[in-house]
Amino acid sequence: MSENSGLIYLDNNATTKVDKKVVEAMIPYFSNEYGNPSSIYELAHTAHNALSHSREIIKEFFGAKNELEIIFTSCGTESANAAIRGVTEANPNKRHIITTKVEHPCVLNTVKEFEEKGYRVDYLNVDENGELLVDELKNLVNDNTALVAIMAANNETGAIYPYEEAAEITKSINPDTKVFVDAVQAAGKIKLDVKNTKVDLMGISGHKFHAPKGVGAMYVKKGTIIKPYMTGGHQERALRGGTENVPYIVGMARAAELAMSALEFENKIVKELRDMLEEGILKNVKNAKLNSRTKNRVPNTTNIGFEYIEGELILLHLDKLGICASSGSACTSGSLEPSHVLRAMKTPFTSLHGSIRFSLSRFTTKEEIDYVVKNMPIVIKKLAKISPFQKELTEIFSE
Amino acid sequence: MWDYSETVKEYYTNPKNVGSIEDADAIGEAGALACGDALKLYLKIKDGIITDAKFQTFGCGSAVASSSMLTEMIIGKSLDEVKKITNKDIIEKLGGLPPEKTHCSVMGREALEDALNNYYGYKIGDKSTEKIICNCFSVTENVIKEAVEQGAKTVKEITDLTYAGGACGRCKENIQKIIDSILGPTKIKKEELTPVQFALRVNSILEKEIAPQLALDNGGLELVDIEGKNIYIKLKGTCESCPNSTSTVKNFIEKKLKELIDDEINVIEG
Repeated sequence: MSENSGLIYLDNNATTKVDKKVVEAMIPYFSNEYGNPSSIYELAHTAHNALSHSREIIKEFFGAKNELEIIFTSCGTESANAAIRGVTEANPNKRHIITTKVEHPCVLNTVKEFEEKGYRVDYLNVDENGELLVDELKNLVNDNTALVAIMAANNETGAIYPYEEAAEITKSINPDTKVFVDAVQAAGKIKLDVKNTKVDLMGISGHKFHAPKGVGAMYVKKGTIIKPYMTGGHQERALRGGTENVPYIVGMARAAELAMSALEFENKIVKELRDMLEEGILKNVKNAKLNSRTKNRVPNTTNIGFEYIEGELILLHLDKLGICASSGSACTSGSLEPSHVLRAMKTPFTSLHGSIRFSLSRFTTKEEIDYVVKNMPIVIKKLAKISPFQKELTEIFSE
Repeated sequence: MWDYSETVKEYYTNPKNVGSIEDADAIGEAGALACGDALKLYLKIKDGIITDAKFQTFGCGSAVASSSMLTEMIIGKSLDEVKKITNKDIIEKLGGLPPEKTHCSVMGREALEDALNNYYGYKIGDKSTEKIICNCFSVTENVIKEAVEQGAKTVKEITDLTYAGGACGRCKENIQKIIDSILGPTKIKKEELTPVQFALRVNSILEKEIAPQLALDNGGLELVDIEGKNIYIKLKGTCESCPNSTSTVKNFIEKKLKELIDDEINVIEG
């Protein structure tokens, strides 16, 4: 079982455990190395060098050309805000934004604000398997399009979207339209190679790849003009004022190093475990339906709907067994609305409210997966007894 | 993320009185699968006393706990006592519920009312003439109207003042209607639209605001033509044969377009 006293943590798309090596790398910058990277004396040099070194690593992580293209932020949400607001405000005459129906709220709610200001916003659709209908872009990009915002991988389904192709299509119609990619769920799971794409801006968040919460980064392609979203000092090329969060940036860089060297492991071992979990549940639990059916997925994520049983109830009973997962059900979230992603995929109501996302990490073990596969049918059988849809469930289970 | 009481935890972990009663004297239902929660309540009644109660719930932890607690509260009680049970009584017995989960207890009370109505064969219960808009916090229409008269202009302001709409949020649309009935519908700032902009805007609203709503009932629509302020549409799917189609066209589609674009819009089906 895992190091965490028997807890089986399968919610790594929500946040991850901080790698011990990351903590070790950070510690000096909380104590002796407290200098401000902008200061002039020797003490500050260590901080300054740590910052430069971290920028170099994060540049590699994005697959960017130049470390000047890297801006440190506080999280993925800040990166998305900085990119969307930065581009639209730098291009006030262009009043059209294109995004997808399945973006993270940090993009959807930011874009919505512009929609309320009178911008036109178009939303790309996904199909029932969770794949993005990227061709829709061809009829949407026009002279007035300021920004196209597309995520690299979906947090709920793990589906990888063809953002490189989206950037190609966009630029072939309007070379001035900027393309922002929310790569928060892709970073550390698939290789990023932004320099060989037509993407202008990209955002990541440290805590999704074993760095602590509260640190993120943004790639801004050389020559891309954005209006600073946080004004202040000259830090981060004056695109993001505020003294750099040195310990956390160092931590994120260390986490990125570890993630880059673990990429092969993620795509082989973690993927095998994910597939084992997915196949095990689908085989042993008759009312289980795979929601994230696309083959093109990040290696750690699966999303499964359990018909006629509500998701929060499943999570609460899994929690009793020490299993942490998350749900797209209405009742789990503060908003009480079921997942916009699963609804965009036209997931039927029978399983929509009973959808559970399992997201693994490189710390997930085979024993843990075996335990979940063994216990899932027991939990579902117990909960099926409470459901008022006995007729439907009896039919499914007697098949 | 919810701060559930120990009692709630105990009742969703080991719920009591789960199941159905074959020869039930009364069955009550509340909620629906599509909404994410549904409850079925079975009662056995003898000489005006509830002798047994069982439940089946499709819903979250607090919905299961509320249903189970309700069955415990009513077994052995007379119908007269049971009629007086409110959702607040259920919450109290559970040691509290997060405000967002209040509707779970309301669902319990609704199923109980439905069961009793079925048993008597006529409507019982609250005879008060005050119309309740927010079931979660029992806020009446008059309270909301007063809040608007005191200066509240948005649903959020109503929620801040009266709590209405602050829990499950299902009544927000009705709160908006009350606000509109007093203040007149709020319009997105009116712009002078060219015919092309007008057409694009109509199309965008039909696609984004209206089609998804119709799709919930397996219906759809198609924009056929626009002549001045006359918008010709064709209903599809279940809407096509729906006996209420005229009402859908006028009360929903036309109303929405009027609200969002122009008062003079006329939607014609054909």
